[in-house]
Amino acid sequence: MDLSIQHTFIPHTDPEASLAFYRDALGFEVTNDVGSGTMRWITVGPPAGGSTIVLTPPSVDPGITDQERQTIAELMAKGAYAAIVLATPDVDAVFAAVEASGAEVVQEPADQPYGVRDCAFRDPAGAMVRIQQRS
Amino acid sequence: MSSASALPRDAAARPAELARLRRVRDRIDREHAQPLDVEELARGEHMAAGTLSRRFKEAFGETPYSYLMTRRVERAMALLRRGDVTVTNASLAVGSSSPGTFSTRFTELVGLSPSEYRARAADSPVDLPTCVIKHAVRPVRNREAATALPA
Repeated sequence: MDLSIQHTFIPHTDPEASLAFYRDALGFEVTNDVGSGTMRWITVGPPAGGSTIVLTPPSVDPGITDQERQTIAELMAKGAYAAIVLATPDVDAVFAAVEASGAEVVQEPADQPYGVRDCAFRDPAGAMVRIQQRS
Repeated sequence: MSSASALPRDAAARPAELARLRRVRDRIDREHAQPLDVEELARGEHMAAGTLSRRFKEAFGETPYSYLMTRRVERAMALLRRGDVTVTNASLAVGSSSPGTFSTRFTELVGLSPSEYRARAADSPVDLPTCVIKHAVRPVRNREAATALPA
């Protein structure tokens, strides 16, 4: 089967803060931006193209109860909800640039025992963003 | 104080409080090899140490001290599996100021002392207790475990 990954979804709590992280700190391009206020869907991705991330308001599905909405907000805040792994030819250079933007560092570049060199940041809504050396 | 929730009961206030606790946890992940303690972690978030410990435990299921020591033991296990790092150096490398405390905590979590773990991991992962194999084999299965296992 010929399948590629088109969009993935990462929730935001503050669309401008998430936009600053993904566009300004990571250097992604905005290919779509719909809605207004906190109800915005912002599509971002690497300038070279490929899969994109849709930054999305959390819990907007009307089938989600208030209690579930609260749980999702708490899991996001705890950092236990969304995650993505990116890859780059030079993890150390990318780390330096993203750190200089003021992003929250979770892990400085390190060689992992399972064979990858990677670093990690938190996005403004609490998602784990790992960046690994492309082999 | 009773055993009531240490976190705010007001639903609107809880995510912000949890985000603060997450920053403490991320700091432990980031700086676990530094000489961190709970007082310093609490100062970073302008919280009393006791308050931080209670809230952190409610959010993450263990105290910040316990989480810090778990991260140090996890890192030390990886260093000891390499075979070229001594127990003393592994203890120092993970930021533990007291080798005795470190060794006790390691033994509690792993079921073997650091020196026993080092010796048995160097020998063969298949001789280790199941709980250790789970830790020892998982991170290295792409590279080292295949050659460490008997043919």
